[in-house]
Amino acid sequence: MKNTRRDFVKRSTMASAGLVLTPSLESKGMFNIFNEKKLKVALVGCGGRGSGAANQALQADENIELVAMADAFEDRLTESYNNLYEKYKDTGKFSVQEKNKFVGFDGYKKAIDLADVVILATPPGFRPAHFAYAIENGKHVFMEKPVATDVPGIQKVLKYAREAKDKNLKVVVGLQRRYQENYLAALEEIKKGAVGKLVGGQVYWNSAGVWVRPRKPEYTELEYQMRNWYYFNWLCGDHILEQHIHNIDVANWFLDEFPVSAQGMGGRQVRTGKDHGEIFDHHFVEFTYPSGAVISSQCRHQPGTYNRVAEQFQGTKGFVSTNDAAAAFLYDLEGNEIGRFENTSGHNPYQEEHNRLFKAIRENTELNNAEYGAKSTLTAIMGRMATYSGEVIKWEDAMQSTLQLVPDDMTWDTPPPVLPKADGFYEIPTPGKTKVL
Amino acid sequence: MKITTLMMVMILWVSLDQEPKAYTQRLPGSELEIEMVAIPSGSFQMGSKNPEDKDAYPQRKVSVDGFWMSSKEVTWELYREFLKRELDINAIKHENIQIDAVTGATIPYVDMGLGMGSEGSLPVANVTVLGASQFCKWLTALTGVYYRLPTEAEWEYAARAGSAGPYFFEDDGNLEEYAWFDENSGESYHEVGQKKPNPWGLYDMYGNVAEWTLDQYVEDAYQKEQVFHPITKPYPTVVRGGSYKDTAKELGSTVRMGSDLVWKVRDPQFPQSKWWNTDAAFVGFRIVRPVETPEIKEDNTFWIAID
Repeated sequence: MKNTRRDFVKRSTMASAGLVLTPSLESKGMFNIFNEKKLKVALVGCGGRGSGAANQALQADENIELVAMADAFEDRLTESYNNLYEKYKDTGKFSVQEKNKFVGFDGYKKAIDLADVVILATPPGFRPAHFAYAIENGKHVFMEKPVATDVPGIQKVLKYAREAKDKNLKVVVGLQRRYQENYLAALEEIKKGAVGKLVGGQVYWNSAGVWVRPRKPEYTELEYQMRNWYYFNWLCGDHILEQHIHNIDVANWFLDEFPVSAQGMGGRQVRTGKDHGEIFDHHFVEFTYPSGAVISSQCRHQPGTYNRVAEQFQGTKGFVSTNDAAAAFLYDLEGNEIGRFENTSGHNPYQEEHNRLFKAIRENTELNNAEYGAKSTLTAIMGRMATYSGEVIKWEDAMQSTLQLVPDDMTWDTPPPVLPKADGFYEIPTPGKTKVL
Repeated sequence: MKITTLMMVMILWVSLDQEPKAYTQRLPGSELEIEMVAIPSGSFQMGSKNPEDKDAYPQRKVSVDGFWMSSKEVTWELYREFLKRELDINAIKHENIQIDAVTGATIPYVDMGLGMGSEGSLPVANVTVLGASQFCKWLTALTGVYYRLPTEAEWEYAARAGSAGPYFFEDDGNLEEYAWFDENSGESYHEVGQKKPNPWGLYDMYGNVAEWTLDQYVEDAYQKEQVFHPITKPYPTVVRGGSYKDTAKELGSTVRMGSDLVWKVRDPQFPQSKWWNTDAAFVGFRIVRPVETPEIKEDNTFWIAID
């Protein structure tokens, strides 16, 4: 019995689906003239995920070096620096000099200035400003999802998505399901008509919730919100955005369109402490698409309840089920399984994102995820608008919103956009009263 | 202190008696319980008679001291108490191990049940051997009773329950009655204890989730005298019993598998989580309590600290 003994994958099925997988560590030798340039990478946002993205970037290309790091907090930067240094010190891929470690709100500019490729992995509220600066200055980008927390941020990302295209810059957005074998294989079958035309679906991210970083006496209000960022909308956008965007994006991707409207309900019933800021612990939204398809979206952060992170879609000739276990199943209208796809053992969609990015840079092929990244982020924002307000939110109205959650050009002296009330709790959105547009 | 003393007396009494009896471990401050089955001391032929089972061949005679083993795999319901750490206030206050000093696993960002459920009586899965071992340490600090993961020899001895062949039911049973595996699992783990137990009252020893042990995986271990191989590095570590994904041949009393870094390939963080895998929802664990309890102290070697 060996580890690889049962990959739980049907390779022949994958092959017959015509799926072209990328991997190309072996094809490195084939690179052309672009390969001679050593690519300099800057990491902006040095948390666990940013450090992970840097680690993947450094493995995606041989002629590459990390040259600069930026984070609002010195302790986060130092921890990330130490971990990456330890792994890469003898590889020639780690060249972050002391003077190129930038702490504070504006450090991203100095870090981006030094690089050819930038990794943007701060809390999402800052993404539009960071992305805009990177594209203005001609950098290729890997950025994590979501790409904004408010509509002015979305508009900015869309504007610079176009500019990136004009400048031939490559952009990958961290919606890794689009780089994951089971999803790619299922979509290939859908496109071939295996389940007919998709007319509806359900998408889920129901889980126990994520980390909390409690307030410490030495924190200012702004530092507290920055460290416990998950629970503040200007930074995080609520979990319908921060996590559930993955599943909402699968719906947009598989249906190949974006919704015209959203309506739903939500609230907070379990996660109600002071350290839980202002976000909801559950949302249920119906998204209606131009084709008439309706997607039901549910996301919940409540311990002890039913967990599900998955998507399913109904077609005119059958249905499709995809999930986080790296599997996809196709059924006919009688419920008989007609197709099944599982990831190859060892397949890592997060690594794949970086392999593809650097391959596109080296071979100068088109790769720009920014537009769909922005539009799927907006879809999730519409969902949040619908649950906070209790109103039907139309895409065209949402797109006009000028409500800005994130202050421009922040410093440690900028007043936080939200403040606790006298009792230490934050204002919670109330359907029927809260205005979102 | 009174409760601690009482506990010490109980343990002493059990040690003198040498014949462990089944008992129920209650989690203080909750309704949750763990059934502990008594496993008598004895010796057995460990390993496979079949030379084709390379890493489990040849057989050797191994003696095992008496212990208790949880009748079922540790469930999400139990493991979530370890994640929440709200029962700590009811913990036995121990001189040598403070519950506050037990490192807690992080709350995972993704659903570790991978769509198969991660609540109730479903078996906890996707935990690393560190996460499994630290649960034992936490349970010890909580209850004042010493718990740890089984060694590979203890696991096999308990699984065999006196049998000599590849399966404990030998010729008078079939695997489907005793195990969730690829032919009947629907590619999912199931609530613990749904199938028939083995002769010593242990459920799901084969299939459902494979189970962590305290041994480093050494492929030619059985060709040497050393029986126990303490874990000195994270990979590979032995898991036993096979899982819902495995074929009948991959289940049984002797089948060994070593852990692999690929089990956490989709952890996008750096450094990767010490507590969670991402692609090993087929691995969980069960706990044991030896009759001869070592002194309960912080650096007990059986509570491994490596990730």
